[in-house]
Order: sequence, then C-alpha cells, then structure tokens
Amino acid sequence: MSEELKGWTEIPIGGVILEAGSSHEYNTGGWRTFRPILDREKCTDCMICWWYCPDTCILVAEGKILGFDLDHCKGCGICAEVCPPKITAITMIEETEAEHLYGMVGIYEGKK
Amino acid sequence: MAKVVAYTGNMAAAEAMRQIDPEVCAAYPITPSTEIMQIFAQFVADGQVSTELVPVESEHSAMSACVGAAAAGGRVMTATSSQGLALMWEILYIAASLRQPVVMAVANRALSGPLNIHGDHSDTMGARDSGWIQLYSENAQEAYDNLIQAVRIGEHPRVRLPVMVCYDGFIISHSIERMELLEDEEVKGFIGEHHSLYPLLDVDNPMTHGPVDLQNYYTEHKRQQVEAMKHAGHVILEVGAEYGRLAGRPYGLFEKYRLEDAELGVAVLSSAAGTTKEVVDELRLRGVKAGALKLRVFRPFPAAELAKALSGLKAVAVLDRADSFGAMGGPVFIEVRSALLGLPKPPLCINYIYGLGGRDLLMVDIERVYDRLAEVAKTGKVEPLHDYLTVRT
Repeated sequence: MSEELKGWTEIPIGGVILEAGSSHEYNTGGWRTFRPILDREKCTDCMICWWYCPDTCILVAEGKILGFDLDHCKGCGICAEVCPPKITAITMIEETEAEHLYGMVGIYEGKK
Repeated sequence: MAKVVAYTGNMAAAEAMRQIDPEVCAAYPITPSTEIMQIFAQFVADGQVSTELVPVESEHSAMSACVGAAAAGGRVMTATSSQGLALMWEILYIAASLRQPVVMAVANRALSGPLNIHGDHSDTMGARDSGWIQLYSENAQEAYDNLIQAVRIGEHPRVRLPVMVCYDGFIISHSIERMELLEDEEVKGFIGEHHSLYPLLDVDNPMTHGPVDLQNYYTEHKRQQVEAMKHAGHVILEVGAEYGRLAGRPYGLFEKYRLEDAELGVAVLSSAAGTTKEVVDELRLRGVKAGALKLRVFRPFPAAELAKALSGLKAVAVLDRADSFGAMGGPVFIEVRSALLGLPKPPLCINYIYGLGGRDLLMVDIERVYDRLAEVAKTGKVEPLHDYLTVRT
C-alpha cells in the first residue's frame, strides 16, 4: 500500500467507501495463478470474452481485442472457457511460466 | 393524558412498533416473540402503519434484509428470540460493524439444547460481543419505553449502532400487566425524522457499503465501534432523561433500589429485579440492610457508575440467568466483579445462576441469597464464588 493510511478519526464509520469506482485502485492481479494468453492470429474479435469477463479486464480498442488488464485480472479462466471451441484463441498458463515467457504482457503476438 | 392498558410484553412491543412506524420490518416468527410480529402484521394489513413488511424464510435472512434496508436509508425494526437470534449471529456483527441502527425486540428464551422454549438470557448474553447496544426490561412497560428510546439511541449521529431491547420470554412476553401508552403524536415527536448517514438510495452520491476491509483498516473500524459505545452511554442517559420529561418515567443506566444505606446488595436484570425488590422490602422490615441494583444497560456496560453505586456495600451477589461454561461465573458477574475491582475497597462479590430455561425464581430463593451475603460479609469467605441457586443435586 503506497497511499497514506488514515486514522480511525479520519475515515467514515462502518467501512463505507464514499466514492464510486474505487475498486480500480485495488490491484487484484497479484491473486492470479494462471494467466490468459491471447493468440491474436486465432482471435476473431467476437467479444464473447469481453462480455463474460467478471472484472472487465479484456482490453478493447476499435473493435479489436488488445489483451488483458493484468493489474486486475485474477486469472479465473472464464475468458478461455467461453472462447468458441473452434477458435480457442485464449489459453491459460501458469503465471510463473507466463512471466518467464512473456513478462507482464498478456498478448501473444502470433507464432515466432 | 396517558392511556392505561392491560398488555402483554409482546403487545407492548408491537404497539411501540406501530407508533414508531418503521419503514421496513423483516422478520421470521419464533416462540416467544412470534406474537409481536403477528400483531404488527395485522397493523400492516390494516394500513395502520406504512411499514414494508418482509416475511423472510429465516432469521438469517431477516437480519440480512434489515441490514440492507437500513443501508438503503430506512428506519428498520425486527423481533426474535433464542434460536432465531442464534441464526442471525453473523449478521448481528455485520449490522453493528456497518453501523446500521436497526432496533430489535428480543423476548429472551433459552438456547437449545435440550430444547426449551422458556425464558433465560443465554440468547442475548451470547450476543454481548456482537457490537449491539443491549437494554434489558423488567416488565411490559419498560419493554415499550425502551423500544421507543432505542430508536433515538441507535440513530444518534455519535452512536449509529443497532439496539436490542430484551425482556423475559413468557414471564413478560405473555403476562398481562397494567401499563401506560404515549399518544401516537408524542412518540412521533420524540423519535423525530429518520436521517440515514450514508443512504445507498442516494443515487447522486454513489458509495459502497460492506467492502472487504483488510489488515490496513479493519482495526480502525473496530476502534470506531468502541468510541460509538462510549458515546452510547451518554446518549442513553440524555434520551432517558428526555423520555422521563415526556412520559413521567425517567430512565438511567440502572435502577438503585434502597441502596443508600444498604450493606448487602443483589445485582440483577430483567423480570427477576421485580421479585428482588419485593424481597428487599421484606428484609428491610426485619431490619436487614438490603438493597438491589437493577441493570438496564448491559452494553455499553456502565462499569464506573455501577461500581460507584455499589461501593458502599459489604457484599454483593450477582444473579445471572445464563451461564458462561468454564468461565469464572455468569456474564453479568464477570463484568460487575471487574468493575468493582477498580474500587479502593471493593465489596465482596459472589455469583448465582438462576432461572435457566424459565425455572421460577421465588422470593425464598432470593432470601437465601441475602442470607448467604450476610455470611459472606461476616466471614469474608466468598467460596464458592459461582454457584447455582435453583438446582437439584
């Protein structure tokens, strides 16, 4: 936690959070055991994964899937599960392996 | 002009609820509190209140719906007993820690098992650490008065805590007594408009209730609850005095009965206090310097005030209608004894467990307590510290 922690006299009672959208500040990506890897060559941008992702972690620009918000993706694997069987553009691999292979970028830029 | 009626404790509680007219009431019936909601449901059906009555499928759901409705911004009430309170358990803590001033009538009843439907304090005493304010009532009149005051106490801006108003199952909940009612307008004026602190239905100011609270802030929120309980002590006194001006029945943290020059005292709560006061009167006629203290507020526990009130005694017996198995004594005893130990010359203090599962407490039983106290005062011997008053061997 990098922010200044407040005292009990300074915060609202009851644990209420008085602003909307504050969950963005809490990085849940550290919970991830498996990382989704996108094969851009296979992806048809059908947006089914974008529709299903419970944490709005599918990054999209101009109708194209760009990859995943790895600061917040918990690695639940729903995107890989709902990716149509004929496409299978998303695979889940172990986070440690993913970091070794791709660093902190979740897009596989096609076969090398 | 006060209206005099013959009501059971449950009728008194339902009548208080009618006059309070909460926005939401979510409840599930359980003996001996069933009648409160039965009567109140009739008020709802007859259009005598504007309450949204939510008949839920369990007490766990009842308290959950109450917390939700209170967070949404409503004034919320419910009622339960025994197993129902037990089933609410996890949500009791949530109501308190989310600082929702839900008011709940509890007709005290023994917890199973073995299965027993009669009055003792094992249900609410078990919930003493849940963060709720607890008011105990001697009779139907006090149950009614406490419920009306509970609204003001819980909703006070420096308190914002849920309040349970307890009275003995069957002994009070089902016995008819003479009591006085306030006018509807008087109650309305006394409790005032409900102001929610952070109403979820305020859609212009979106907010989150009940988010995860980890190592970095959980302690701070608990510390706030402690502070709220401290304030509650003052607010209970203020509200009790103001209620006295309205109804002619002022309320404090406890009632002192013939304690001024007393040497032997009994501390007790709820209906048994009435019997104890009768015994005190009889003993006084025989020249015994007996007194009694009826505890009304158990949470927050008024330690300093109570110790002062009992400081002149030679010996005190605390009567508990619930035991705390493996502890040094019943829950009230443990608190009272701790409070007394802060005095320079604390009175000797012993504990008796009585009335479990609704067993009668007779005047002769209480006389035996005063006899024992006389012996304790004479010999200084407090063993056994913790004993059963009404049990067969």
